[in-house]
Amino acid sequence: MYDPTVARLTYRALLGRRRALILGALPLLLIIISVLVRFLAGADDQTASDLLGGLALATMVPIIGVIAGTGAIGPEIDDGSVVYLLSKPVKRPTIIFTKLIVAIAVTMVFSALPTFIAGFILNGNGQQIAVAYTVAALVASIAYAAIFLLLGTVSRHAVVFGLVYALVWEALFGSLVEGARTLSVQQWSLAVAQKVAGGDMVTSDVALPTATVLLAVVTVLATWYAGQKLRSLTLAGEE
Amino acid sequence: MAVEHPVATQAGDQTRIHNIGYRTYDGPRLGRSYATRSLYSQSLRGAYGLGRSVKSKVLPMLLFVVMCVPAAIMVAVAVATKANDLPVDYTRYAIVMQAVISLYVASQAPQSVSRDLRFKTVPLYFSRPIETADYVRAKFAALASALFILTAAPLIVLYVGALLAKLDFADQTKGFAQGLVSVALLSLLFAGIGLVIASFTPRRGFGIAAVIAVMTISYGAVSTLQAIADAQSINGGGSADAIAWIGLFSPVTLIDGVQSAFLGASSAFPGGVGPSNGEGVVYVLVTLGLIAASYGLLMRRYKKVGL
Repeated sequence: MYDPTVARLTYRALLGRRRALILGALPLLLIIISVLVRFLAGADDQTASDLLGGLALATMVPIIGVIAGTGAIGPEIDDGSVVYLLSKPVKRPTIIFTKLIVAIAVTMVFSALPTFIAGFILNGNGQQIAVAYTVAALVASIAYAAIFLLLGTVSRHAVVFGLVYALVWEALFGSLVEGARTLSVQQWSLAVAQKVAGGDMVTSDVALPTATVLLAVVTVLATWYAGQKLRSLTLAGEE
Repeated sequence: MAVEHPVATQAGDQTRIHNIGYRTYDGPRLGRSYATRSLYSQSLRGAYGLGRSVKSKVLPMLLFVVMCVPAAIMVAVAVATKANDLPVDYTRYAIVMQAVISLYVASQAPQSVSRDLRFKTVPLYFSRPIETADYVRAKFAALASALFILTAAPLIVLYVGALLAKLDFADQTKGFAQGLVSVALLSLLFAGIGLVIASFTPRRGFGIAAVIAVMTISYGAVSTLQAIADAQSINGGGSADAIAWIGLFSPVTLIDGVQSAFLGASSAFPGGVGPSNGEGVVYVLVTLGLIAASYGLLMRRYKKVGL
């Protein structure tokens, strides 16, 4: 199910040239802000929780997920070079699975790791906040990568739709409509984080069993459907 | 042979030029300004997907509707309940809807310039009478106009609705005018930032992600820092000024600061305290500076392109 050559190519497509710059800039910004906040405001659990929840988990993880998830397959479909990959004797679900692994790995490295570091800078893992949000970022990375990889195979405007989901649905509707939160990767991962943290600093609107089931179902279903989509891929010209 | 060759030529030289009737163009030449205007109007139409495929109309039109619907609902509520004032200030509307505006810039700025780079059509433009400055101005003006249409349309809906609801005419007109000035500044600023980022990548998808990352991450970072500074100042940390200075670092809070200092808007900053007049001058200078800088960067970017 895992093809090292496809993985190598995907890593190069994701981290080559300027792409790595933007992927690296976001975590760097988070860490700089954490240092500033620690320096100006001192160690405070509520501040750490606000910063990690508001900036890291709500904004940074989805954006890194969109870039890595759609970037793993989108550009190849866009410029048509995916046919050279598809014409090789590699099963298409294998291609998707490999690209998913790569996208998950990249998202985790560029979002969960900085979250962990930022958490330690902010309050030295007081009340397990750093670990909790890191776990949330890890879990969210898996789901986001799978969803956005699927979007990359379905639509040519995958990045836009991915961002609409991440920013408009999760941030805007999630804050206005209670029900939208049940269908939000962010809340599912927060449910897992709540379990890890144990305290009342990290809270989620979704119960843990629901969240884990939904996370698993969404990830598996998205990956399976992306594989199906790739089996019957039609290459379209530029609009 | 000698009969067909009246002109004396050296032996073995068969070269000659035939006039086979091609005619030179002697119609009117519409020139540089016409080409610039055409580029402007085509780019503006393209920003709403007009003259492009149905698929590319979906997103800009959808965002336009999303911008206008809340305004229409507010007007309907104001008319039905005979309220004395609109639920949202004219100046506040764009700040509330900033996610939609950011998405629009992110999706349309790369559409406007990245595809020209990717399909290497930029050299073709420059083989026409237009020059670097014309191209940059046309693209900049087109995206800024498209953004102005996006942000001013809901204000017009609000204004017309307010007049229909028989709210105070002078008061509403003043608010409407202030709102228009603020969204004009916002359009120029967002268009500049979006185009500069988009012009550095021929990949549309990557351009979208880069623009949205700059817009939302800077806003997220600034508002988080402001919230922390606000909490500190309540606890007696004496950092109330810090809130205003932090606001300089993201486009949305920049516009928010400018309009709360000079356009009579209530600030969306935590604590509800916008910058004072002195700080407001800095805000205006930074805003204008950013617009000028993005123009300058675009000019530099297109001095040499893809050749």
